[in-house]
Order: sequence, then structure tokens, then C-alpha cells
Amino acid sequence: MNNSLVTVAYIAASGLFILSLAGLSNQETARKGNLYGIIGMIVALGATALSASVSGTGYAALLAMILPGALIGAVLASRVAMTSMPELVAILHSFVGLAAVLVGIGNYLSPEAGLTGAEATIHQIEIYLGVFIGAVTFAGSIVAFAKLRELISSKPLTLPGRHLLNIGFLVGTLVLGVQFMGLDASTGLQPLLIMTAIACLLGLHLVAAIGGADMPVVISMLNSYSGWAAAAAGFMLNNDLLIITGALVGSSGAILSFIMCRAMNRSFISVILGGFGSGPSKGAAKAIEGEATPTTIDETVERLRNARSVIIAPGYGMAVAQAQHAVADITRILRDRGVTVRFGIHPVAGRLPGHMNVLLAEANVPYDIVLEMDEINEDFAKTDLVLVIGANDTVNPSALDDPNSPIAGMPVLEVWDAAQVIVMKRSMASGYAGVDNPLFYKENTAMLFGDARQNVDAIRASLAQESAASPAMAVV
Amino acid sequence: MTIAAEATPSSAPSEQQVKTSLKVGVPKEIYPGEQRVSATPDTAKVLQKMGFEVWVETGAGLSANFSDASYEAVGCHLCPDARQLWAIADIVLKVRPPQAHPDLGVHEATLTRSGQTLISFLWPAQNPALLEQLAANQATAIAMDSVPRITRAQKMDALSSMANLAGYRAVIEAANQFGRFFTGQITAAGKVPPAKVLVIGAGVAGLAALGAARGLGAIVRAFDTRPVVKEQVESMGAEFLELHFEEDGSGAGGYAKEMSPEFIKAEMALFAAQAKDVDIIITTALIPGRPAPKLITRDMVESMKAGSVIVDMAAEQGGNCEVTRPGEIYRYHDVAIVGLTDLPSRMANQASQLYGTNLCHLLKDMGGAEHYTIDYEDEVVRGALVLHEGELKWPAPKPAAPPLPAAAAPKEAPAPAMLKPEPKSKGWLWMILIGAALIGIGLGAPESFLSHFIVFVLACFVGWQVIWNVAPALHTPLMSVTNAISGIIILGGMLQISGPVTAPTTVLGAIAILVGTINIAGGFWVTQRMLNMFRK
Repeated sequence: MNNSLVTVAYIAASGLFILSLAGLSNQETARKGNLYGIIGMIVALGATALSASVSGTGYAALLAMILPGALIGAVLASRVAMTSMPELVAILHSFVGLAAVLVGIGNYLSPEAGLTGAEATIHQIEIYLGVFIGAVTFAGSIVAFAKLRELISSKPLTLPGRHLLNIGFLVGTLVLGVQFMGLDASTGLQPLLIMTAIACLLGLHLVAAIGGADMPVVISMLNSYSGWAAAAAGFMLNNDLLIITGALVGSSGAILSFIMCRAMNRSFISVILGGFGSGPSKGAAKAIEGEATPTTIDETVERLRNARSVIIAPGYGMAVAQAQHAVADITRILRDRGVTVRFGIHPVAGRLPGHMNVLLAEANVPYDIVLEMDEINEDFAKTDLVLVIGANDTVNPSALDDPNSPIAGMPVLEVWDAAQVIVMKRSMASGYAGVDNPLFYKENTAMLFGDARQNVDAIRASLAQESAASPAMAVV
Repeated sequence: MTIAAEATPSSAPSEQQVKTSLKVGVPKEIYPGEQRVSATPDTAKVLQKMGFEVWVETGAGLSANFSDASYEAVGCHLCPDARQLWAIADIVLKVRPPQAHPDLGVHEATLTRSGQTLISFLWPAQNPALLEQLAANQATAIAMDSVPRITRAQKMDALSSMANLAGYRAVIEAANQFGRFFTGQITAAGKVPPAKVLVIGAGVAGLAALGAARGLGAIVRAFDTRPVVKEQVESMGAEFLELHFEEDGSGAGGYAKEMSPEFIKAEMALFAAQAKDVDIIITTALIPGRPAPKLITRDMVESMKAGSVIVDMAAEQGGNCEVTRPGEIYRYHDVAIVGLTDLPSRMANQASQLYGTNLCHLLKDMGGAEHYTIDYEDEVVRGALVLHEGELKWPAPKPAAPPLPAAAAPKEAPAPAMLKPEPKSKGWLWMILIGAALIGIGLGAPESFLSHFIVFVLACFVGWQVIWNVAPALHTPLMSVTNAISGIIILGGMLQISGPVTAPTTVLGAIAILVGTINIAGGFWVTQRMLNMFRK
């Protein structure tokens, strides 16, 4: 295959990748989008394999690596439970980061001939930058994975002077970079590797400082980083396809992070730098007075039976308890009775952007009754009953009415406007933000304590029994 | 206690009991055009189960499609003579208030006697003379129109059950006069706009009319002076027209009260505007014990489109429309004015069934035949009781005002100011910085780099544009697909593996390919899995 053909194939692949991303932004076209992505990838890989750059022993190595790699990936992807999706995505990001580091170092070890002056310098900067981003992505994704798996605490790690520490890492990187530029190919490896280690530490520390509630943003940020790493690799290898694809992924990830930050009404920088309450001290949050009203399964069923419109606000608790199927069944039973059931999804519910949507889709909840916060917030006032299942910070009224609350200003689902709210929760413990929730003490709120799965199952059983007993129950 | 024991339907003697039990009389209605009857075979059966003996005047149910035979079939006694029926009955059930009997030449009120109870619509406020006549005969009278409107009494609330029918019928009568479809249609023969219906007064009749008109496909609006009914109106699928005026028209017992002149002025302006727009107006505004308020003026009627219809359900109380002629349908300025006062009677069969059931519930509440009493403690009976053994008991002490719907909680404190918007100047700063950076790159970088740089910058913009409108539900699939695509980094590995097998570059490249492939395969696969789950 000559170079022109390869270039044309790259153009086709870039086009397909753009179509893929465009397709993914809409339910109707999403599947086609994924298909475009797959075709684009096959075209790109095929063209590269057939190009002059790969030859002889290269093919053996290629096959020896691609086949097991594809197999492992497919097995991982088909085995993963939908609730563990965030972990999978996180660990896959770390692979991209790792690959970027390896490609960068490998490229440094076999320098291209004929680069002089500014070109050589730029090439070195490209390598250095590519390895740096790759290492941060790699280490950060591993920490994100560990946090999501709960291998380590998901609480933000707030070391004293952590901003200074980050700045220290960056300064170290810069100093090493200057040193790296001054050295020629054979001797520059040492500062490059030291920098890689520092970048790994930076990645670890950055993500460790971010609390579990911000994980969706982190994941999408790491996604963006992996794109930038690929783009950097493209620059060092003079490969336009890598640049295009990397830039696509990088900018789309950044936009996603930005959209989510906006949904939380928080600045991107403060999320990236980690932890709640990083802003200036705002004074004590309002103390909450009053008592929470506990309720029972029977009462909950009774209320569901009498409600004409129900909104379910799920949170990470539903994912943890794997309650989505039972919730979907309840939805079905209620809908069969003519009750309007909808879901209100907070943009950062769960641990991955769109996490709740994926879980509900898995449980066969029709996606047209799963609404976004902005679409449904006005409807709470007209709703008879809201079921909050394992959500906390995303339904916390102090975000709106207590300027001293750490989550002040974050838009939340205004569930308390409904006639009745039932909150399913394991205990009165606070959510990831560590903020007490005045919702629990409101007069129209009742608390259904216990494991979400068991409670939801019990409600489903009770409702199903009733439906069977009175099939012709009319809802007037 | 002994009576209760006898009441158990276990033995033959209870048959005997029937003989001495209370007799319920169902006379034929004599009001011209009245087609309803106060008991149907079905409700008569229920009355007999309660222990009453039911006597029906011959032909009483004919106009409502209940034959004499059908009454006989369920065990009723037929009585050909109205005078005799009134004489033997302990309880007389009627629909309309007593009036002069055309055949017997006497007033029905004079047929009552001491110890007899008359249950019917009586409108005691409007009929003082009737009350006097009944009182002179030492009769007991219960007015179905005075049953208090409390939750427990709903099953006896004949006003509601009749209003429900009337509201439905009003729409049917309007449709009969209206020369167009109610529902909008687009047909091969052209486009049909939907009819616009305005219902004034969202009581039971108004709501029933809203439902019926909505069911036919019309665009439905409603107005009421009581803001509390807004929700009910909206639940019927209608739009609630609001005056931005602070006055609550909710009076005692769920009725509307009369409003202030300012309010009425604003209200009239609203009606005048609506009259020009809508095709059908149905008015149901009544204020208890007063003539119906005049809401639709002559001018408004003249401003309506030709072919429009007004159904004035308050015609009997004088009408809400200035040009209404009670009991008549006629055209005024090309607008059909329906002033029918017998809307429930036009659905006599259904109306009789509902009214009869209301009566059954009331009699059951009063203890049935076995324990028949007039209990002053019973809020429902006391409310409806007009005369007791000739003694005036009306009006009953007022029932308490309805509880306000959960006192509106004080508004949430306004949300604190969101994060300050970025000052405008910052945007300019960015522009300058970016410009400076570009100039710097232009000065320092070689051409080979710049050609890649163009590609890079354009791709960033494409990514931004493409992603900006993504549906939040698809964030996860999108992320996993971009993740898979970012596995393109293995291209870097592929370009490096053609060297000697043991060279570090080759080894690193190979490992990069391995992990990159895992990423690609895993990413695409899991995206596919997720997308397969999304369905409508």
C-alpha cells in the first residue's frame, strides 16, 4: 500500500470517527455511531498494518499482540456488570495512558534521523509532553478504578498543602524537561523516566484528592487526557490520524467534563483540584433541627397505590444495591395501572456520567420516561409522590437555601415540592459531600430505612400481589 | 338488640316482617317534560333489601324507559291511583318539588299527611309557600338539594350526580347545535380546526362538561372564581384561565360566593376577550339562594363568531347570559343560545338510576326500614331536613368551612446567587493570550509542525461542536466509545514494532499494542452492550 492510499484511509477513518461521536449524541443514531467507530478503527488499523512502516517480523508481533488483546478486551467487556461500568471505563483509560507512555519512550529510543534545530526540539517537547500526559492518565485512572471498586476510600484525600505539592510536581517536571532538552538521545532517558514517575505521583495525588461524588467529572477528564496523550503521540510520530482522533477525544472529554461541572454549578478547576470546600471558608452551615419520620413498606405501598403521578429519583445507592430491576418492575406495575411514573436523573447521579440511564436501560425502563433534572424539576410540584432511592446530595435542599452549605449553588432535584417524598436509605448518614440533608426532616418526607434492594423487592412483591388480586382495578 | 336479631335474613318470619314494614311511594312526576323517576327497578330492589315495601304509581317509569312490568318483576307493588299512593306511603320519593297535580286537581303538598316523609328536591329558599303547605299537613320533608357537601355525603349528593349528567349533556346539546367537528382533523378534504370550548364555573357540572368536550377533542378552557379548582380543571386536560387578581371566591360548603365589583370587572373583560375567540361557551355559574350572575352580556354574544353556541346551564335560575330564554333553544345574532333547563331529564334513564341510588344511600344512612329514624346528630340528615312533623328545621346550622388545602408553605428562600458570571474582560484576555501564543508558535515552529497543528486545532473544534448537544443519558456510552477510539494510540505502537524483535522500542511498542487493543475491543463491545439496552 503506498503512502497516498494510507493517507486516504486515514481521512476515511477520521471521518468515520467524527460520525461516530456525532451519532452517539442522540438515542436514535447511537448504535449506528458505534458501528461507524468500529469501522473507522478497522480501516485505520488495516491501513497502518499494510503500510510501509510495518514489515517482516512486525506482522508476527502485531498478531501476537492484537489477538490476545482483542480477546481480553471482549471478555472483560462482556463480563462486566452494568453497575461496575465506571470501573471498567476507568481501567480502560489507564491502558490508553500506559500505551501513550510506552509509545513515547519507545519513540525516544529510536530517534528519527534528520531532525535538527527547531524540529528536533519540538520533537523532544512532543515526546516529553506525550509521556507526561500518558503517565498522569495512567496513574489517575488506576486511582479512580481503585476508588470506584472501593479498594481504597472514596473520601477525598486532603493532604496539608496539597496545592503546593501539585505545584512542586509541576515545577519538578519543568526542571527535568529543561534538562531533558539539553541532552541528546542516549542520555536523556534518565530525566524522562524520572519525570514519568513524578507524573504518575501527580496523577495519583490529583485523583486521590477528588471525592467520590465528583467521580463522573474525573472519569470524563481522564478520558479527555487519554485523548490528548494520543494527540501528542500523533505529533511525535507525524501521524495526522492520531492527532485528529486524539483531539476529537480530548476535546469531547473536556466538553463533557465542562457540561457536568456546569450541571453541578462548580468551577472545573475546583473539581480538578479536588475535594469539596476548597473555596474560601464560608462560615458554618445551618444546623438542622427536627426529626425524621420513619415509614414502613406497607405505608409506602399504600402511598404508591393512591398516587396518580410518581417520580423516582435514583442515586448511587440504587446502583450499589443492584435495585434497578426491581425498580423497573415497580414502574411497570404502576404504569399498567395508569399511574404516571417518571424518573428524574440528576446529571451527576451515580459514579459515571449517565450512569443511572445505563442502569435503567439495562432494566428495560423506556428511555422516554427517564428525564433530566432540568426537564422534570418544574413537575415536582404537580407530583403526588417522589421515591428517592439511594440519592442524597442530589436532592439536598440546602444547596439552594443555605448559602453556607458546602454544596450551595449546585442545582438539585427539587423533590420536596411534591406532595409526599419517601426516601429509601440505609441510615441517616450523610452523602459523599458529607453534608447533612434537611430534606429528611421536612414534614412531607418519610424515611424508609434499610437495604434499598430488600425494600424495593418487598414493595414490588406487595404491589404485584395486589395487581393479581384485583386485575380490574380502575384508576379514576 | 332484638330488632337487630330479627333483621338477620335467616328465617321465614322476616318475610312476614315485610308486611308491616315501611312503605315507600314512587309517584309519577307531573312537572311538564320531566322524564325522570325517583326509583328504578334496580334501586327498588335495593330498597326492598333494606326492608322497605316499594309502591310505584303505574306508568311512573315509562318516560325513563322503565316499564311497569319491570318494576313488578322485582317485587314492587303497582298502584294506579296517585292519591291512593300518597295515602299509603310512609315515605314518598320524588324528583321535582311537589306542585299542583293536573289530573287530581289538587296540590301534591296537600296529599301529604302527618308521619309521612317526603324526600325530593325542594329548593326551600325559593319555595316558602310550599314549605308552609307541607308544614300545615304536619309532614316531614327532606330536601335532596340541601344535603351538605361533605365527603361522607357524596354518595347521597344528588346535586352532584345530576350536575354531572347535565354537564355532559350540555356538551352534547352544544355539539348538536354546532356545525363543526370538535376535534381538529387534517383530511383529504381539507383541514378542520378544533373547536374551542370555554366553560365558566368549574363545579361538578363544569368539570363534567370539560371532560366531555375534551373527550370529543376540543380545546378546552375553564374559568372559576375559586383558585382551588385549578388543579381539578387541569386534571381534566383543560386550561385554567386566571385573573391576576387576589380574591378567593371559595365560600362555605364548596360553593362560590359573590365577588367584589373590581373582580367582576376584570372577569368580564376576560370573558369579552374569550367570547371573540371561542366557539362554544358553557356557563354553570350559580350562587346558592341568589339569581344566577349575568356573565355573558349581549355585546359579548354579538361579538362571537357566527355559528357559535352558548349553553346556559344556569337558565333555570335566570341564566348567566343576558339573552338566555329559559327552556328554549333559539338563535340570537347567528349564535345558538341553549337555555334548556331539563338537561338531566334528557338522560332520564341514567339520571333516574343515579338519583334513585342517591336516595337509597340516604335511606340507608337513616337506618333502612328497620331502624328508620331522623337523627339530628347525623350531619347529613340534619342538613337536608327541612320540616320535621311540620316544624321548620331549615336552614340547618352551617357546616364548618372546608379545610384549606395544606396551607401554602412559605416560599423557599430564593436561591443564593449562583456563581458570579465571569467578567466580560476575561474573554478578551483569553483572546489576547491565544493570539500571542499563536504568534509565538508561528515565529518558532517549523512548517512541518504547523501543518499538523492546523489539523489538531480543527479536530478540537470538531470534537467540541459534535459533543456539545449530546443527551446526558448517553454520556456513558459516549465516553466508552471515545475511550475505544482513543485506543488509536496503538498506531504509535504499530509504527515501532518492525525493528529487531529484542530492541526495547519493539518490546515497548508491542506492549502498547496489547493494552491498546484491550482498550479498543473492550470499549466498543461494552458500548454496544449498553446501546442495545436503550429502548423505548
